[in-house]
Amino acid sequence: MLDAVEWGAAEWGIVALSLKVGGVAMLVTLPVAFALAWLLARVRFPGKVIVDAAIHLPLVVPPVVTGWLLLLAFGPNGPIGAWLQDWFCVTVLFRWTGAAIAAGVMALPLMVRAMRISIEAVDRRLENAARTLGAGPWRVFWTLTLPLSIPGVLAGAVLGFARSIGEFGATITFVSNVPGETQTLPLAIYSALQQPGADAMVWRLSCVSVGLSLIALIASELLTRRAGRGLHVL
Amino acid sequence: MSFEIDIAKRLGETDIALTLEAGEGATVLFGPSGVGKSSVLNMVAGLLRPDRGRIAIDGETLFKAAKPGGVDVPPERRRAGYVFQDARLFPHMRVRANLLYGAGGKADGLEDTIGFLGIDHLLDRWPRTLSGGEAQRVAIGRALLSRPRFLLLDEPLSSLDRARREEIMQAIEHVRDVLALPILMVTHDPAEAERIGTRVVRM
Repeated sequence: MLDAVEWGAAEWGIVALSLKVGGVAMLVTLPVAFALAWLLARVRFPGKVIVDAAIHLPLVVPPVVTGWLLLLAFGPNGPIGAWLQDWFCVTVLFRWTGAAIAAGVMALPLMVRAMRISIEAVDRRLENAARTLGAGPWRVFWTLTLPLSIPGVLAGAVLGFARSIGEFGATITFVSNVPGETQTLPLAIYSALQQPGADAMVWRLSCVSVGLSLIALIASELLTRRAGRGLHVL
Repeated sequence: MSFEIDIAKRLGETDIALTLEAGEGATVLFGPSGVGKSSVLNMVAGLLRPDRGRIAIDGETLFKAAKPGGVDVPPERRRAGYVFQDARLFPHMRVRANLLYGAGGKADGLEDTIGFLGIDHLLDRWPRTLSGGEAQRVAIGRALLSRPRFLLLDEPLSSLDRARREEIMQAIEHVRDVLALPILMVTHDPAEAERIGTRVVRM
């Protein structure tokens, strides 16, 4: 059991990589999720049900399928993969950037949900009042819609970050399990479970995982409650 | 003519129709709840689109249903000073920021406005800490500071007790007589209609 408290460079590297992958995934997904949340909350358009369902697919489709679809899209012969290769000479396969893409896609539905609820909670009557005071649609968005929905946006971001750190199935299918590059916390735990005598490592990394998730969920819950009470965080 | 309104709108089961030409002073729309008085104000402000008809203020057409050649000025360019039944102050801005929201960055006129409304001591407060009467006075100030061409008042007194009503009533009279802004006000209270209205239109 003494091993369990010994904390080495390998563990630090895994946690650092996880935070990097989760952070980048969350930051890149954030504007996309907000735009989709706004679209679903505010705009009526044909096919809305289908868009809504498509956004939520990663929540219910087996992650291995999501990972495989990403592989098809970002692989050397895939539409996005070929484009990235031709124009920027980069590939995301077996790279941490690919892990961030997988994590972002898996986190998207959770983020959209949290943000959509808070955008829907913004009182349209306040926005109407602003219009009569001379504010055009953009000013109304920047001065009312966005600041008033910030608690939900932050809750969604925190939730998305936590989900990204925990992402396993799509990641291992899409970018494999490369130590130091795509081996985030859950993948490292999985690898440790395959090795005899690495129980201590499994314990340590699992504790970190549970701890990070717990902090994120509590933060997200507190922000959501704040949003529900009509308070603002700015 | 300050107001030239000839509009019709079907909202759910209610048919709203109003024809009205009004000169200076305050025009009061008076009638029971549910006949669409507030909807008329929303249509004049540009927040609700009439099915047909025309709305003009001081000779400028704000709305005209016609194909082609229709007019529908967006609410932000109608320069309506709209005071709602529930003050609708922005909860994430202090009173000062609320007052100056529509002022286009210019604070001139702030002193006069907060003076006659008696809200100078509230500037640094958050809207949620205000009483109903205080919030309504700030809402009137906010509408006036956006330099409106006319004022729309939607039962501005209905949520207040008697003493507070008197304060707001005096503020409205000040706007009508001293600032000489055309007013279109909705109420279901005959005493209010009588006192504020230069003319009363039954709906």
